[in-house]
Order: sequence, then C-alpha cells, then structure tokens
Amino acid sequence: MVTKQISVFIENRKGRLGEVLDVLRESRVNIISMSLADTAEYGLLRIISDKPQEGKTALSSAGFSSMLTDVFIVSVPHEPGALQKILHVISDEELSVEYMYGLSVDSGEASIVVKISDLSKADKVFAKYGIRTLGYNDLL
Amino acid sequence: MIWSKEETLPRAEMEQLQLARLKETVARVYEKVPYYRAKMQEKGLAPEDIKTLDDLKKLPFTTKQDMRATYPFGLFAVEKDELVRIHASSGTTGKPTVVGYTQGDLETWTDCVSRIACMGGATKKDVAQICFGYGMFTGAFGLHYGLEKIGAAIVPSSTGNTEKQLMFMQDFGTSLLVATPSYALRIAEVAQSLGIDPKKDLKVKTALVGSELLTDAMREEMHAVWGEDVRITSNYGMSELMGPGVSGECLEHCGMHINEDYFIPEIIDSETGEVLPAGEKGELVITCIKKEGLPLIRYRTKDVTRLFYEPCACGRTTCRMENPSGRSDDMLKIRGVNVFPGQIEEVVLSVEELGPHYEIIVEREGYSDKLTVRVELNKETDSFAELQRIENVTRNKLKVVLGLDAKIRLESPNTLQRFEGKAKRIKDLRNKQ
Repeated sequence: MVTKQISVFIENRKGRLGEVLDVLRESRVNIISMSLADTAEYGLLRIISDKPQEGKTALSSAGFSSMLTDVFIVSVPHEPGALQKILHVISDEELSVEYMYGLSVDSGEASIVVKISDLSKADKVFAKYGIRTLGYNDLL
Repeated sequence: MIWSKEETLPRAEMEQLQLARLKETVARVYEKVPYYRAKMQEKGLAPEDIKTLDDLKKLPFTTKQDMRATYPFGLFAVEKDELVRIHASSGTTGKPTVVGYTQGDLETWTDCVSRIACMGGATKKDVAQICFGYGMFTGAFGLHYGLEKIGAAIVPSSTGNTEKQLMFMQDFGTSLLVATPSYALRIAEVAQSLGIDPKKDLKVKTALVGSELLTDAMREEMHAVWGEDVRITSNYGMSELMGPGVSGECLEHCGMHINEDYFIPEIIDSETGEVLPAGEKGELVITCIKKEGLPLIRYRTKDVTRLFYEPCACGRTTCRMENPSGRSDDMLKIRGVNVFPGQIEEVVLSVEELGPHYEIIVEREGYSDKLTVRVELNKETDSFAELQRIENVTRNKLKVVLGLDAKIRLESPNTLQRFEGKAKRIKDLRNKQ
C-alpha cells in the first residue's frame, strides 16, 4: 500500500520552515511524521500527514514548490535485526531505497517511511515476503 | 620614453591628421559597408558632407546592437581573405561580438600598445609576464605584441595557476607584470602565503593593469603589497575598437592618453546623444580612423568619463581621459570579463525547470569577484539529484556563455522581487564591502 507524502523545497533561510508549518496549521493538516534533509543551500521537507492533497494544495498556493510523492510506510517489529531483514529483501530483489526515515506511532511496532525505486514491484515484493505496509488508518 | 612622434603633435597638426583619416575612413565605409551606407543615407549624408572635424557629429552612432544585427562580419570593410586574425568578446545576449584584423590593423594595434607600454615605463630590458587570458579575448595578444615590439622578453603565462606564475616570476626575474588589478593583488596574496615577499623576493618594478577599473584604493593596496616604487599604470581599450591600446596612463598619473591619431574621442549625453564640451562628464564615443578591418564610426563605448586636452607634463599632447567612473548601460566587469545581464537572462529562460525571474549578485571575495545568480525553481521535485542536475545545467550553460563560473542559488517560486517598472536585477556589492 502506497501513501502520499508531501515534499516541499525550502531554502536554508531563517524562518522558512516555520512558514511551511504556518500554512499547514491554517489548512488544518495534521503532521504524522516528517523528515528534513538539507544541503548547504536548501532542503527538502518530507511530510506524512492526514490530508496530503489539501496540504500540498495549500503549500503550492502559498508559493512553495511542493509535490506529492508515493512512499511506503513499512511496519518494523520491535526486535534487533528487523530493519536489516527488510533492507535485505529490498536489495535482494534489485530494488533501491532513495531515502527513508523513521515514523513514530503509539503502537507496539515501529515503522519507517521508504521511498523506493520501483513502486509496483516493491508492492509485490512486500506482499511476497509478508512485510506489512501501513496506511493512514493504521496510523491514527 | 615616448614611442611615436604622433603622441607629441601640436594640436593643429593632430587635427589635420585626424580630419584626413576621418574623411578617408568615412568614404571607405560608405563604399564598402552597406549597413553604414544605409545609415548615412537615412540621415541624408554623403562622404563629401564631412568637411571638418566638427562634422563628425553628423554621423550616425554605432552600438553593440548594430554589431549584433550584422553578426558576424556585416560591419567589416574588407573581404574576409584580407583578415589575418579574428577575436570575439561578449555580446549583450546570445552571439558574441566579432572583431577582425588585417595585417595593417595588427601593426596599428602593436603600435598603440607599444606607446602605452612606454608610457607606463616599459623598456626593452623588461621581462614581461602577461597574466591575461590568451584566447578569444584581445587583452593578452594586444599587450603581447606591443611589448614584444619594444624588445621586452615576453612570458605568456596567461591566467590561473598562481603558484606557477610565481615560480616563473622568481626564476625568470619578471620585471613587468600585465594583469587585472585584482589578479595582481591575488598574486601578491598567494606569494605571501608561500613565504615570498613580493617587495624583496620578486623583481617586478612595472605593472600595466587593465581590463578592469583601477580604483585609487586598489592602486594603494597594490603599492602596499608590491612596493611603493613599483610603477602602476592603467590602460584602456575594448575589442570592438582594437583591444587594449586605445588609451593609457603615463607616469604623471593624470588620466589616460588617447592614441588620437587612431581614435577620435567624443563625450556625449547618453540620453540625448548631444556632444558635450571638453571637461564635461558623459559617455565616451570613439571613431576609429586608421582601422582597415572594422572601422567603427562613433562607437558608443557606454563608459562614462571626461576628456582633457591640455598638454601633459610628460611631453605628450594627446587628449587624456579620466578613469571611467561608470557605465551608461548595465554591463558588469566580473574578474575582468564583460558580463551583460541579458546573457544571464537568456540562460535562465532556456532552462525550463526555472522561472523567468532572477537576481545577479556580485561580491568581492578576497581579491576576486564572486558571481551568484538567484533563480526560482519552476518544477516540483522530491529528489536532491534532480535539484543538483538543474543547478549544474544552469551553471554549465552560464559558463559557456560568460566564460565565468557562477554560483546558482535555487529558490522557491515567487521569492524574488517582481518589478513593474524597470527591473533592478543586479546587486553589485563590491564597492560596498
């Protein structure tokens, strides 16, 4: 199951992240998890939220360069080696991870957000190996 | 030493020579250059209408746009096979400005530069290191032939690799340096970092600087690092007219002597085109009266300066021009390279992932100029690789067009200021730092 993530380009400038969050608050978008990756000049803010489409639309009309990206939220059992096993599957199946970040939810298992090269193949691979992917309803 | 007798001609004789050469040039372009003929006919002018030097002001101006409209050889007054050299410099957009020389032009050019070099104190004993870029740029070649003619030993070291430049200076005993003022300062800075004191360990006694404005502050800085006794003079020129050698400073430091037997200067009001009296500040307009290949008539240099006709204490009688105090267009000099904002705009517009707005920032970093171009991202992406690719594409295109490395700063859409009237897209912070 793929999930829509909001990706936003932000310059490394004071207050810029706050402006993104202002827009999301005003459009009542709830952030479930996020990651901010940066270079010296700019960053990409990636957000898992309850209302991705609304969030993206609000950000674009506020002048941000933002888009929706399909990612997986993969459930990872709380035990040593669990993440390593999943990553082995991904690489054994010739898939590659473009980026990933942790997602904390108040439940027994941890989960990660993964952007993968080949979406439809990844979906099948996860099903084949019994790797559980989550949607919003599982998170909230 | 004064190189040519023409530099000391009494005013009346100079004017006589200028008028004869002007008439000859006008007749020739009228006959050989259809573009000029049409322009003159539009004004109802024939070559016979030029009877005195004062009639010069009846002639139409030539601008960089004219050169663009006739790219590449449309303003040339000789057949292509008469040319022995072709150079090019930045155009305002797109195609460069092309200039061509006949054998005779190269001799004239050499003479111009020999004069300027002598004004600055060069002699046949000098070992002259030329730290200007050799290539399509006219700077290096101009100085090269002019200094060689005097009998100096040329070290054509070109630009870059400053440590190697210093090695040559030490090992060859370089006594004369040709560079932009900022590169001359940069060389001294690198020398010091290597434990070389330019004052004691190097033999440079003469510096001919050009291609970039020599401000009083830079001259002082140069004296501080290279030594108080080093003779520093600036010289002026541009490819369209010849290259370096249009004018140069003598050791009296009271303006740059124009080689008036080759170039007739005028000062105009850049708005109205009216000729202003001597001593008034305005745009410098030059007519080439001894060029064969590309004899430009009333070329608008866009440099703002003043002219003085009083004879100089050095013995020369030629007209002197002040160091230009600015430009009447938006051209920038960055690391000695002419940059027109239009060139940058064209690149920005050609990258489809970018919006049409941009801002150009020029700063001084150490002794070098730094160019940053702020652009707006016009494509949504979730990938750093893609952002990097857009940056690199833009940077490479700018490098091809400008010959300069620029830093690209990607911004969100609608970040840059929008203008309703005349856009102010340039922030030149160099003299404010």
